[in-house]
Parts: sequence; structure tokens; C-alpha cells
Amino acid sequence: MFVCHCGTNIAGVVDIARVVEAAKRMPQVVYVSDNKYTCSDPGQGSIKNAIGEHKLDRVVVSACSPRMHEKTFRKAVAQAGLNPYMLEIANIREHDSWVHAFDKEGATAKAIELVRLAVAKVSRDAQLHARQIGLTKRALVIGGGIAGIQAALDIANSGHEVVVVEREATIGGRMAQVDKTFPTLDCSACILSPKMVELSSHPRVTLLTYAEVVSVKGFLGNFEVEIRQKARKVDHASCTGCGTCWQKCPEKVKSDFDLGLGERTAIYIPFPQAVPPKPVIDLESCRYMKYLAFTASGAEGKKPPQCRICEKLCPTGSIDWEQKDKILTEKFGAIVVATGFKTFDHSAYGEYGAGAYPDVITGLQLERMMSASGPTGGEVRRPSDGAHPKTVVFVSCVGSRDEAKGRAYCSKVCCMYIAKHAIMLKEHDPEVQSFVFYIDIRAGGKGYEEFVRRAQEEYGAIYLRGRVSKIYQEGRKLKVLGEDSLIGRPVEIDADLVVLATGIEPSTGVVDLAQRLSISYDTDRFLVEAHPKLRPVETQTDGVFLAGVCIGPKDIPETVAQGSAAAAKVAALFSQEYITTDPMTATVDLMKCTGCMLCAQVCPFKAIGSQTMRDGKVLANVNESLCKGCGLCAAACRGKAIDLRGFTNQQLLAEVTSLWQ
Amino acid sequence: MKQEARAPSEKRGGGQNTFSYYPGCALKSSAREYDISARLCCESLGIELRELADWTCCGASSAHATSDVLAVALPGKDLHAASEAGYPLVTACAMCFSRLKIAAHETADMATRTLAGDVSGNIVPVMHLLEVIDSRLASLVPNKGLAGLKVACFYGCLLVRPKAVAIDDAENPQVMDRLMRTIGAEPMPWAFKTECCGAGLPLARPDIVRRLSHRILLSAAAVGADCVAVACPECHANLDMHQAGMGGKHGGEVRVPVVYFTQLLGLSLGFSPYELHLDRHMVDPLPALSSKGLA
Ligand SMILES: Cc1cc2nc3c(=O)[nH]c(=O)nc-3n(C[C@H](O)[C@H](O)[C@H](O)COP(=O)(O)OP(=O)(O)OC[C@H]3O[C@@H](n4cnc5c(N)ncnc54)[C@H](O)[C@@H]3O)c2cc1C
Repeated sequence: MFVCHCGTNIAGVVDIARVVEAAKRMPQVVYVSDNKYTCSDPGQGSIKNAIGEHKLDRVVVSACSPRMHEKTFRKAVAQAGLNPYMLEIANIREHDSWVHAFDKEGATAKAIELVRLAVAKVSRDAQLHARQIGLTKRALVIGGGIAGIQAALDIANSGHEVVVVEREATIGGRMAQVDKTFPTLDCSACILSPKMVELSSHPRVTLLTYAEVVSVKGFLGNFEVEIRQKARKVDHASCTGCGTCWQKCPEKVKSDFDLGLGERTAIYIPFPQAVPPKPVIDLESCRYMKYLAFTASGAEGKKPPQCRICEKLCPTGSIDWEQKDKILTEKFGAIVVATGFKTFDHSAYGEYGAGAYPDVITGLQLERMMSASGPTGGEVRRPSDGAHPKTVVFVSCVGSRDEAKGRAYCSKVCCMYIAKHAIMLKEHDPEVQSFVFYIDIRAGGKGYEEFVRRAQEEYGAIYLRGRVSKIYQEGRKLKVLGEDSLIGRPVEIDADLVVLATGIEPSTGVVDLAQRLSISYDTDRFLVEAHPKLRPVETQTDGVFLAGVCIGPKDIPETVAQGSAAAAKVAALFSQEYITTDPMTATVDLMKCTGCMLCAQVCPFKAIGSQTMRDGKVLANVNESLCKGCGLCAAACRGKAIDLRGFTNQQLLAEVTSLWQ
Repeated sequence: MKQEARAPSEKRGGGQNTFSYYPGCALKSSAREYDISARLCCESLGIELRELADWTCCGASSAHATSDVLAVALPGKDLHAASEAGYPLVTACAMCFSRLKIAAHETADMATRTLAGDVSGNIVPVMHLLEVIDSRLASLVPNKGLAGLKVACFYGCLLVRPKAVAIDDAENPQVMDRLMRTIGAEPMPWAFKTECCGAGLPLARPDIVRRLSHRILLSAAAVGADCVAVACPECHANLDMHQAGMGGKHGGEVRVPVVYFTQLLGLSLGFSPYELHLDRHMVDPLPALSSKGLA
């Protein structure tokens, strides 16, 4: 038994001498000493010495919280030759001296009780042994935006295999849609495309585009994942990406990549620099698919045309109408989730026309228009009549910082991209006058504040602090009514184009994915990190990591940093030959278990499954690699068949009864 | 509170056809045509309106500007009477609706209830006539009665604000638009559905009323509406009565008839313009209606 003063942290309140005296009289205690700082080198030394000298077989340290130094003391005990789990800590600092600083008498009495509990528990400690399990050194990255690309490249470059699953027909994510990037105005495609190509040609990377994760089983180091490769109706092994098919396909539909501003064909690549540069057939718009659906339905009337022009023209015969969705089952040791975001649907804003005015567009649509490979060839034109707008109004915080729309959070990148847009518009056409309605300008970041000032001072953007209350069409103009809250007056602007800075929200389907992976999401559906400050790219599920905007709004530099951070975590994991598991897990006493499986229902980590015994009985079975030792199952078990190693029912009972002995 | 006063549960909620009806002061005087057309429509649709016995002022404008307690206690008395009667309380006036529904909302809070006296522990639902008819749209045989008539539906402020008592979205409400579409008229998309008409200022600051109402009417005219449909006697007064004085330094003159939605519904149900008192308005809607063959 070692009682720690912790300087004056404990000794200033608790009468250590009395605790030592009391401990000496407790059953089974053969040796008691006190120390100014037990965690210090000499402190730990005194524990090791005492173990040898007095042949101690178990140890209690009365000191600070086990969260602080349990590991330290376990190691010390182990170095002296004991099983590291033959140690208990009585927390007489956080639980006592710190909270009872004004009641020394009471605090001393409580310290003695806490020590008594620990003694009762330690005498029933069993030797526990950590298990080692193997791991598959192969990572899965879900989402091929810049976060996923960066994570995959870093993992691959550290020598491990990576599979990237991207559900769209190309990797690149939202960054591929952006034209220039703040605050340096370098072209997004120019810095992204090389990374996309590097990823697709990396020997250790397998790229699965047009694919989705269907199910995830297993645990840290040993995940088994089912992936659906959606039918592309094009054999990518033989396709050369020559482009004949998408140049000749007669069926045109609105392009999602260009956010409805431009058109694409039914067989398409989303944009010229797409990776892989090979097409997919959109089953909903393809004429032949419509023909097949029509004949299959047995409907009367004129049949749609059979078309099949792509098939006739394809020089390599790569069109494969028989191709079906395929399910691949793969093993991974770690998973990085990088599913990014979509922008808020502004049809919720009736006051801004609920999406009905063609010349009220979103920031991302403006990016597409400014892009040289975009639907207008880089010219900014009004969707309604193709005219070049001269007066442009920006509205910030549409679907951000607006609790009435259920979006209380800040989308973080909008203030910056509005400033970027104001600058770019002026560079495209010096006659453009931009007005920016804002709540606050959030420009924290290297060179960011200076960038916004440039938009205002050099590019003449007029910033008005206030919200826009209404937008309506008046002839060819859009009337924008708002308030300049700095001068306290209403403002009216006749605009040619209004750009709504629609907020950032998590990608569709992220909740399903999170549930499949057993990771948490918050009320806004952003994924939750294991610790918001100290473990920003880990999750509560070991082996599953996060990166990018799926955690919360952020810009490209931050996203890339997180991609690399997640990769570093994966590489560190893969640098081990084995995974050592904590032995403090639940165990099932098969003689008592009735197989009611209530434990499986309460387990938050899906660690309890069933096993069929030789006599056909189905009983509970704990997967020790998944078990976190939370004890919920032990509390729920009606027949007391489940026990938690290190916290057995017997130990807890002994602690409690020690209080009145 | 008397036990037998509690409404049998089948009388509550949707589905039933009997309502306590609260006309309010305006519908008994300046907006009589609203009251008359509302009753005609309801009768024709099989909705029984039983005028609330001994109803008193809802407190609009004066009470809630004077005292928080009075603002709840005055309509509270009517809510109490409605609870005794046991039927949902319906009103056609947007102001009465707002006062009654807010009172019902606030009396849910015990503290207010104690302050305002026993309002009744058993408050019946408060509904606006638009909601009642909207819930029966399915049974209203869609017809082409008003085909060709372009209507700008004007909701004003009180039906859609504040959120806790609103009957529809505050920015782009649809309930009246739906009704108009069902009876064959064409509800125009426009941006001034819920703008301020000048509310209670026509005597104190008629200039403000004219300026605000003028914008609303100009916008209705700009989208090509043949008339503006309203569901509030105050909106009607401001938009209709003050039209003659509008224009001048605020832009061009404007002549847009302003009618109650119940009058248009009544036309589609086969009542004559005179039965519906469409001739009582300052801006005569009859020329516009007859040009569409509706009068
Ligand atoms: C208008 C606008 C302008 C911007 N301008 C700038 C700028 O100038 N500078 C800057 O630094 N930042 C800018 N940003 C922010 C930038 O776009 C983001 O920081 C960046 O794109 C985030 O990358 P990501 O990989 O986290 O997410 P994303 O780019 O969204 O990528 C996520 C990827 O995951 C895929 N995916 C989603 N769900 C699944 C699933 N279930 N299975 C498989 N795949 C899935 C998606 O298809 C997508 O390809 C701007 C943002 C907007 C909206």
C-alpha cells in the first residue's frame, strides 16, 4: 500500500499519517508507506523495491485518478515481476482532497474508506493477460474527395495497400467543382488533377468508383467489408476512354456535376479531367434502357427508339448491357471515412424565392460557371437570359447560423469563398459591382483576413452587415430587400444575379454508413470524433478514422491536414505486427447463461454474438476484440452469467461490504 | 368547471362537421360580406357553424397593446365558452384567429392561466376557416368554376406568424393557393403574399398604409392577377378602401379588386355575385369577373 501526498494536492487536505495508520490495520495489508510523489522515478522505485523485499503479491496505490497514472503503476508493478493487473488505485485526489478541500476531517475519513474499498477489491484481483491478435495491413478509404485522396496517398506511400470506394463516377469530390481556391487563387483543378492521377496510377491503390459500402463486419485490424460495384454497363478493362460514345450519345440530361447549369449525355464522364477517364451509362436516362423497360412492362403504344449508338460506335466493343451490380468482399485492418458534404437546399427559403428564380443561384453553381471547363466555358452568365450580370448580390449564411432552418452552426468556408467570388467576378468583368450581405465576416486563417480586405478595398465589393429579408423578381431585375444594420436603414438593390452562400451539410446517406460502421454522428449528422481536441481523426470504434468535412465544415488546407493525420494513424497501426487487446472484458459463464441475449441488445459495441453449443443450446458469446469493458451486459444479465474481468461482481460486492465491516 | 361541459372526444380533431363559430366585430360590420359568404360556403359544404353564444371582443389591437393579462383574459373568456360548447372554435378573421390561438397557446402555461383566471383546463382547438376548408379539399369536387381567373392570394401577417400559431409557412404559404387551384382559378406565384399591409395604422398614419399596400397591389398587378384574395378584414380594408388614395409620388395608379377567398369559393359553388355581396367593395370586382364570364 502506497499513499501519495501529491505534493500538497492530497497532503494539504488529507492527514496522510492517519491514513497510513488505518491502512496498516486493514486485513491482508502487510506493508504501508507514503511518498511525496509516488509517480516520480524514486516513487515508482519504492514500489518495485517493496514488492521484492516484502514479497508483495498485489498493490494498492492511493493517489490520483486511474485515468492519470494507472498505466504508469501497472508498468512499475510488472517490472517488479507481478501481473500488471494485480494493482488497484484508490483515488484520493479527484474524488477526495480536491473536492473536500474545506473539510479536512471529513476528507481524511473518506480517504480511509476509499483505501478500504481498494484493499477489498485488490485482494480479489485475478491475473489477467492481454491477448494478441493479427491484423490485415490493408486500408479502406470511403469517399474520394480531397480528404480521401490525401489519406489514401499517404497510406499507400507508407507502404500499405489501400482501396478507395467512391460512389460517384469519378474521384475529386467538391474540390473538383471549385474553380479557384482562396486565399491564393490557385486553380483548383491544377492542384487536384495531379493528385487524382497519382492515386489512380499508384501501384498500391485500388480505385473503386461508382461503388458503395454495403456492410461492415469485424473489428480493429480485422474488418470484413462488402462493397457494391454498381453496374456501369461499360467494361472498364477494355475501354480506352476515347470519348466517341459520349460525343455521339443523343440523349441529353441536366448534369449533376454542373448543378443543373449544363447538360451531359446518358453515357458520360462527369467532367473532362475525371478519374477514371472512362464513362458510365446512367440507367435512368439511357434510351436503350428505357426501351427495355418499356418492352418489359408490356405497355401498348409506340416503342421508344432502341438507340444503342454507343455500342455501334465503340471501337473496343466495351459496352456491356449484361453487366450487373457486383458485390465484392474484402478484408481490411483500418477504415478511413471521408464522405464530405453537400450544400444546403435553399428551396427552404420562401423569402428568397424557394428556388424558383433562375437568377438566384448558389455559390457552388457560380464556381461551375467560372470554371473554364464548366457549362458556360468560364463566362458568368445569368441562367435566365445568358446576359452578363453587372450587379451581383451575395447573401451569406443561407442554411447556416439560422436556427429557424434547423442549422445553428457556421459553415466556415462561405465568408472566404464569397470574397473569392467578388474578386473573381471583378477580374472576369471590371464593370461588375458586388454587394455582400453578411452577419459577421469569419476570416480566421493565414492570409484570410487580408484576402477579404483585398476584396473590399482593391476590388470594391460593398459589404453590408445585415440579413436579406426578401428577394423577388421585378421585370428582368431581382429586387433584393435587406438591412444595413450598421447605419440602421433598410436597403434595396436591383440585382442582375443573386448568389446564395448555401451552407454545408453532411453527404446523403452518411447516417446509414455511420450505423454500419458503429460510429456516432451528431444532431447535424456530422460524424463525431473520439475527442474533439486530442483525438480529432479517431472514432469511438477502434480502427475507424475520419477526415475532412464529414466531421464538420472546413476548407481544403484543413481537410488535407486531416487526411494526412488519419493516414498517420493508420500507418502507426500497421507498424505493429499484432494488436494487443485489453483483457478487462466481459466473460460469459456458460453454465449460467440461458441464451436470453438481452446482453447483445444492450451492448453498444455489437461485441456480443451467439454460439451454438454441442447440445444445440444457443448462448451468448463475447467477442473480446470488440468488447470495451463497459459492463452494461453484466448489469443487464438476469442470471448473473456475465462478469467483467477486473470488475467482477464479487469484487464490487467485496468493496461495498468492506464499508461496514 | 362543470363536468358535462367537457367535449366528448369524437367532437374533437378533424373529421367532424360542427364548429363553434366566432365572427368577431369586423365581420358583423365593415366586413359583413366576409361573414355572409363564409356562412354560405360552409352551409353548401356541409360544415355547420354554430355562432358562439355571448361572444365578446377578442382584444385585437387594444388589449394586447395594453396588458399582458387582458390580452389572454379577453379571448380566454371566448375560449372558455367554446370549451363549454365542446366544438372546435373556427373564425374567419385573421386578427381574431391570432388572438384566440395565442391565448389558447399561452393558457397552456399554468402561470398565465392562474393570472388570467380560470380559462378552462380543456381548451378546444382554435382554427382559421382556411384550415377547415383545406382539410376538406379532397371532398370539394375539383371544378373549373373559376377557370381563367388569375388570383394573387394574400395572407398578410397574422395567419402565418408567429410560428407557434401559424397555419402555414411564413414566407411562401400555400393553403389559399391550393384552394384556388381546386376551384379552377390560377393562383399566381408572387413575392408579396405575407408583406405588411399597414395593419392598424389607417387612421393614425394613412400615408404608411398607402405606401405599403400600394407595393403589394403593384406587385399583384405586375404578375397579371385579376384580383387579390384575402382572408382578413383588415388587409381587405387597407388594400381596398385606400386604393383610391394610392399612387402619386409612390408611382403609378393601380386598380386591383380585392375580394375575400370565401367570395371566390362561393362563386365556384354556384352563388351569385350579389348573394356573396361582391358589390360591396370600393374597387368593383364585377368588371374583372364578368370579363371572365364569372358574373
Ligand atoms: C462554393 C464552395 C467554394 C469553396 N471554395 C473553397 C476554396 O476556395 N478554398 C478552400 O480551401 N475550400 C473551399 N471550399 C471547401 C472545399 O470544397 C472542402 O473543404 C473540400 O471539398 C472538402 O473535401 P472532402 O474530401 O472532405 O469532401 P468532398 O469534397 O465532399 O468529398 C467527399 C467525397 O466522398 C464521396 N462520398 C460521399 N458519401 C459517400 C459514400 N457513402 N460512399 C462512397 N463515397 C461517398 C462523395 O461523392 C465525394 O466524392 C469551398 C466549398 C464550397 C461549397
